[in-house]
Amino acid sequence: MSQGPHIRGYEVVIGIETHAQLSTRSKIFSGAPTAFGAPPNTQASAVDLALPGTLPVLNRGAVERAIRFGLAVEGTVAPLSIFARKNYFYPDLPKGYQISQYETPVVQGGRVTFLLSGNPRLVNLTRAHLEEDAGKSLHEDYHGQTGIDLNRAGTPLLEIVTEPDMRSSAEAVEYAKALHALVVWLGICDGNMQEGSFRCDANVSVRRPGAPFGTRREIKNLNSFRFMQQAIDYEVQWQIDLLEDGGTVRQATVLFDPDSGETRAMRTKEDAHDYRYFPDPDLPPLVIEPAWIEAVRADMPELPQAMARRFEREHALPTQDAALLTSTPATARYFEAAVASLPVGSAATAAKLVANWMMGELARRLNAADLPIEAAPIDAGRLARLVARIADGTISNNAARQVFDALCNGEADDVDAAIEAKGLRQIDDAGALEAVVAAVLAGNAKSVEEYRAGKEKAFNALVGQAMKATRGKANPEQLHALLKKKLG
Amino acid sequence: MGVAETGRVLASGEVSSVELSKHLLARLHRHAELGALLACDEEETLRQAAAADARRHAGDKGPLLGLPIAHKDIFVTRALPTTAGSKMLEGYRSPFDATVVERLAAAGAVTLGKLNCDEFAMGSGSENSAFRPVLNPWDRSRVPGGSSGGSAAAVAARLVPAATGTDTGGSIRQPASFTGITGIKPTYGVCSRYGMVAFASSLDQAGPLARSAEDCALLLGAMGGFDARDATSAERPPEDYARALRAPRAGAAPGRPLGGLRIGLPKEFFPAALGSDVANAVRGALAELERLGAALVDVNLPRTELSIPVYYIIAPAEASSNLSRFDGVRYGHRAARYDDLLDMYKKSRSEGFGAEVKRRIMIGTYVLSHGYYDAYYLQAQKLRRMIADDFQACFRTCDLIAGPVAPSVAWKLGAQSEDPVASYLADIFTLPASLAGLPGMSVPAGFGEGDLPVGLQLIADYFQEATLLHAAHALQQATDWHLRTPSGC
Repeated sequence: MSQGPHIRGYEVVIGIETHAQLSTRSKIFSGAPTAFGAPPNTQASAVDLALPGTLPVLNRGAVERAIRFGLAVEGTVAPLSIFARKNYFYPDLPKGYQISQYETPVVQGGRVTFLLSGNPRLVNLTRAHLEEDAGKSLHEDYHGQTGIDLNRAGTPLLEIVTEPDMRSSAEAVEYAKALHALVVWLGICDGNMQEGSFRCDANVSVRRPGAPFGTRREIKNLNSFRFMQQAIDYEVQWQIDLLEDGGTVRQATVLFDPDSGETRAMRTKEDAHDYRYFPDPDLPPLVIEPAWIEAVRADMPELPQAMARRFEREHALPTQDAALLTSTPATARYFEAAVASLPVGSAATAAKLVANWMMGELARRLNAADLPIEAAPIDAGRLARLVARIADGTISNNAARQVFDALCNGEADDVDAAIEAKGLRQIDDAGALEAVVAAVLAGNAKSVEEYRAGKEKAFNALVGQAMKATRGKANPEQLHALLKKKLG
Repeated sequence: MGVAETGRVLASGEVSSVELSKHLLARLHRHAELGALLACDEEETLRQAAAADARRHAGDKGPLLGLPIAHKDIFVTRALPTTAGSKMLEGYRSPFDATVVERLAAAGAVTLGKLNCDEFAMGSGSENSAFRPVLNPWDRSRVPGGSSGGSAAAVAARLVPAATGTDTGGSIRQPASFTGITGIKPTYGVCSRYGMVAFASSLDQAGPLARSAEDCALLLGAMGGFDARDATSAERPPEDYARALRAPRAGAAPGRPLGGLRIGLPKEFFPAALGSDVANAVRGALAELERLGAALVDVNLPRTELSIPVYYIIAPAEASSNLSRFDGVRYGHRAARYDDLLDMYKKSRSEGFGAEVKRRIMIGTYVLSHGYYDAYYLQAQKLRRMIADDFQACFRTCDLIAGPVAPSVAWKLGAQSEDPVASYLADIFTLPASLAGLPGMSVPAGFGEGDLPVGLQLIADYFQEATLLHAAHALQQATDWHLRTPSGC
């Protein structure tokens, strides 16, 4: 929990509920496939349609993914958890109830950590439970009628619920991003927010510092981080306005309208359903033996934070760099592959150079083209050779950028060949540089004078002239040293 | 002819399955006035029978090969419509067969038709069928029991050699008792519930209704066994009940086939209010069992009376949720005219469900409601565990428990239609085994008031169906109550 910035004298309190769609091939209680985007009702079996006589059978793959999550957040994987029925009528809910976990969820407790403006933050989880998704009601194209698509009905979800630990919209967004990165990292969710694979509800309240929690309103179905931030910011102002006007916040479920940027009440507590939860008699209690947990643990990938700490330790990287390089499994794989490709005996700082290039030039290129790192125009091996040439003084950073561009554009294939072809090898021959420096000093008497009169800027002008004369190939360190010496 | 005898006749080649099926279909139609049959398709039946005959010609064998049977209309079938006795499902056709139906078909059984029952198996007189009441072949002014009343009446009237049924709180045992036939509800989990239109999931069990324990054993052997499509199905190796039934009891002397068997008599099953005709018949059957070598011991089931409120909380609670799927959206009855979604739900369900179903949905909804759950549902669950524990205490001193199936013989049609609670109270002896998930059966034990059949209930410990069937078979080898036939059939 953190002390957030106060807004108009109020403290903001946020808890997040996330529905992460689990990446199983088949549904949680039937054998029907879960692929997205199929024609309506082509991926709904008799069980999903709730035909008379059908029964749910639990997909162990969904449980395995829940265990994976429980281990990753260091929660308790319940040795026994119970599926319950949440009863309500809706056309896209075929059975008239949703199978969920109510009193005894599969994961209890746990925490998610992340950086907020470079500072470590920790959000405690209340629980994570397994449940099935509903279908979809299609209100368009049916001429006043409603179409029902049950392809999504029965898709496995892990609902992840936090404690009310967040104190700003920025913190809520960073939590959601960290959670998103984690479930993708674990391979339990594809994280596709447009397709609804990862959707968040935000419970927001405000209070005077030190006062008990205020009444919360729940913003439903936030399917982008940007909308989450906008929705919470709007909601906080709305609640404060209300309180300042002498009103009281009433518990409610609200929707965020991205077009207007406003939240709007959908239903209040008074018209909340009585879901009549009770244990589902069709499903025996879910028993998870210690051996199952251990088997899942043995199969777990190294977690991002453990990997980040290892990067800090093994490659002397700053915390922020290590966090960025472990933001996705692909990014981490790329970094590790590049570091492994550095020639034996490379300078200890080469790994940091790899990090800089990944977070700098490479990230810029990927962002501009909206590409994931898996589609990087330069492979880790080539980036490593390029970095090695900077580290051993063969080329300057500026020259390396030209080589990088050539490699990315497909103009060149080999780092060393590109350096030679472009004539970018640094001039670190003392005799050659001395001649250049002598010529520059002679031809720029005014700058020399200014420098000697105490104008530091004039020195940079002289460096620039020398670089220009060598077409950027002068070894900058040698050049600096030589200029200083000559200028006395 | 019963199941075993039909099997022998078919095996001998004296008669083919096609011939037998035609004969029985004709009988079913001739006795349509009993109201047992809801649906049949002669062409389909004869196709199945011909296929069974072809299997036999190809060298296939098996006690059920070519045996014509009929299914309670609670089991979904591809070949015939499935209504569950409700307007809600009138004309509904399932795209798949229930596991029980599928397994019997695999064993070679031929389907003659679908049999009437109380709507969604809710009732104990088969008067709650949305289509028509079933009559008791022993006295057509009386109910055949329920909810598997169509199955019981058809077997009792010798219209079918055997039929499937389901038992939630006594729906196999009580109609078997009322019609003088043999029926067994196995341990919860023995028969797959996949393809049974659900009433109360934690209680529903399929089982056979037939003329003898031996016939029941033959059918149950084919019906039961693990099914991966039902998560509550018991993972156990298949059992040959018929073989176990014929095998002599270890250590039993000749003439005393039940030697060493201890039968517990709970005093709560013999209350003062028990009809003397029923008490006398049951005591007669018990005396017979004693003569066969069994020892009668006293046991206690102190919470027998509580099983009524416990059952009438748990079963409606589960039913209220199980029946939510009948909303008129995807299949089943939808009101012709409605204003909006809520109106469509209300009208479709009001029109589609009968009075007893509505009553139970309301009770179930109430006991699960916020603020009432702890007082009703949770309390009932606790008591249910205690009732099961009481049985375990009994089984420390006995192998089987015996008593009446029902407090009276079959009642007059309409006698209980104004007083649902009276019919709930009449379930008192069948509910305890249902709540505990134990196997129980009804075995003919003579006749009571009005020369109407009385059943003896036998209850065994979990998965001891073989012991149950063995004892019932021994009794039937020594008595002829189960061979008696109603006149006019």
